[in-house]
Amino acid sequence: MLKGVASLVSRVRKLDPGHLRLGTQAPQSLAAQLDNQVSFESPRAISCTNENDPAKHEEKHEGLHYNLPLQDVKTVFPHGLPPRYAMQMKTFNEACLMVRKPALELLHYLKNTNFAHPAIRYVLYGEKGTGKTLSLCHIIHFCAKQDWLILHIPDAHLWVKNCRDLLQSTYNKQRFDQPLEASVWLKNFKTTNERFLSQIKIQEKYVWNKRESIEKGSSLGEVVEQGITRVRNATDAVGIVLKELKRQSSLGIFRLLVAVDGVNALWGRTTLKREDKSPIAPEELALIHNLRKMVRNDWNGGAIVLTLSQTGSLFKPRNACLPQELLGKEGFDALDPFIPIQVANYSPKEFESCIQYYMENSWLQHEKAHTEEGKKELLFLSNGNPGQLERLCAYL
Amino acid sequence: MAASCVSCGAVVSRRLLLRPRVSLAPRQVLWKAAELQSVPGPQRAIAYLFPSGLFEKRARPIMKHPEQIFPKQKAIQWGEDGRPFHYLFYTGKQSYYSLMHDAYGKILDIEKHKNQLQAKGLFSEKNKTIDLIGSRWLIKEELEEMLVEKLSDQDYRQFVRLMERLLQSGAAEEEFVQSFRRSVTVQSKKQPIEPVQRDAQGMAFSTSEGKRKSAKAEAVVYEHGSGRIKVNGIDYLLYFPVLQDREQLMFPFHFLDRLGKHDVTCTVSGGGRSAQAGAIRLAVARALCSFVTEEEVEWMRQAGLLTSDPRVRERKKPGQEGARRKFTWKKR
Repeated sequence: MLKGVASLVSRVRKLDPGHLRLGTQAPQSLAAQLDNQVSFESPRAISCTNENDPAKHEEKHEGLHYNLPLQDVKTVFPHGLPPRYAMQMKTFNEACLMVRKPALELLHYLKNTNFAHPAIRYVLYGEKGTGKTLSLCHIIHFCAKQDWLILHIPDAHLWVKNCRDLLQSTYNKQRFDQPLEASVWLKNFKTTNERFLSQIKIQEKYVWNKRESIEKGSSLGEVVEQGITRVRNATDAVGIVLKELKRQSSLGIFRLLVAVDGVNALWGRTTLKREDKSPIAPEELALIHNLRKMVRNDWNGGAIVLTLSQTGSLFKPRNACLPQELLGKEGFDALDPFIPIQVANYSPKEFESCIQYYMENSWLQHEKAHTEEGKKELLFLSNGNPGQLERLCAYL
Repeated sequence: MAASCVSCGAVVSRRLLLRPRVSLAPRQVLWKAAELQSVPGPQRAIAYLFPSGLFEKRARPIMKHPEQIFPKQKAIQWGEDGRPFHYLFYTGKQSYYSLMHDAYGKILDIEKHKNQLQAKGLFSEKNKTIDLIGSRWLIKEELEEMLVEKLSDQDYRQFVRLMERLLQSGAAEEEFVQSFRRSVTVQSKKQPIEPVQRDAQGMAFSTSEGKRKSAKAEAVVYEHGSGRIKVNGIDYLLYFPVLQDREQLMFPFHFLDRLGKHDVTCTVSGGGRSAQAGAIRLAVARALCSFVTEEEVEWMRQAGLLTSDPRVRERKKPGQEGARRKFTWKKR
């Protein structure tokens, strides 16, 4: 109702001529289509760039969208993209990410890492909806292109809540296994890192149970297969994978990127309970325990990029966004020292670019969305927050 | 003449009091003011009941004019022989019909005059239209009061149409027509505009308050800014996660087309999220009045941005479950 109350100062708006053409009948055919193509190209230059290799992204590309080939997306991100972004990708039939300052900063650090030193931890933090997860995806794409081994946990919160079957761990009686989550993760890990699985050999013998064991020298691929097929041992398989990768990354055969989204889940509380209804601490979950060891910087040959997330977090207030608040004392001490990188709302240039991108894909159908005032309204209502802007534009 | 007895407070007729034999009070106290001034008890009572004293002229009771209290009635409308005075008595609404007849007569006169002038060639198109802005026609109740007769809606509408036709035909009968119009005061002059203040750095700002239900808000609007709004020290995107509240905040700026031009800092307390949003909106609109022309202030007032919402929570009544909801009615 509010948007319908027009200003009493009546100004006649001229409809965009391109807009009129789009809705006309068939006989207009080729000439009109060519016209449309032409008018398509020029806005594209404002919001999109042709530079599709993240390694070459620089300051001048800031605010522009670059295209991710869908094939890459299927291999690199089988499970990593946020659901809303995945929907957008499906709608537009292309995956475009915006190049933003925090990602550029991180890329710069990653390009200049010294692999002899212990792995540096980078923590992306910020308000809700500012683009932490997508920045992480940008980094992962870069590392995939650079042929690193990617260890991507899309959302650590999924491992501490809503878990239906908890088994007592075979390896350590005090801990709990999560077969479902572990097997799902192993499948996705296999999709991402196919080529490494045959190259890496394990250096120890592991016994699954009385009848099955795995010998020293067999490839990591076999461990992963075992985990996927025998769901009971999936958690242990994950543990083995993590241990081996950590040990071997220092050797220099490959470079390891550990990317965890929602890392504050590792040190928070869980909603899982034992049969006698007593709560389980995160340490008692085998997956979490192993992941904590992974995130420690006692190995070299790679980097650790982490994201904090309040959205899926348990028992944390809504306005908590700083590392101290979300990680708690324990988590902060465990992750200390780290490099914090803040992800902020869109700058005016980035906002403009985002709107242009939506307009090119004909996402904004409201006639006022093309005008300056419409853009000002959108800017006010979303305050430059990417998540809010996306939700708003979904209505238009 | 009735007067109240001081000791027992009953309204007693003065004549009765003057006759000492008929006494309605335990002690015979004559209501003579001069005597009573000296007696302590009545003195205190007088001081309590008549704080300005008994003889203060300005403290006398103000009574309305008898015309306002007693309704106007018609005098007898026929003589001793039973024959009515007015020629339209048997229509039932004699004053109304005579008024209509007179008005129509005037219209015909004006047209005749115009025809005569045209015939002589002296007619000129003088545009002497009467200014109708700032006044309104009598409403039906006022007309009834004037004519001391009951009218129906159709009668009233017919009357207004005839008056407008009279206006159209010429400006000759101005006083006659103006006697049926009342002036309408202009509302917007009553809107107080906050003065613009300057703070330490020389930035111009203006402050004002707003209320809605039980939420109170105070907003400080800076004249030059980039559209940042802070509520209780928190960014408005985080304070109002719901789109509806942010739309409410946007309304004053969007209306005046000043979306990215002002910075706002406000404090709000009480109420719920909608009430707080409404309170801030009112405060911001009032503060913006000082940066804006009078015409735009009038537009804002007409849009309802400057009126505080009088709706409050209705009280729950006994015998009902809520303010309006009754208990479930069971037939047996």
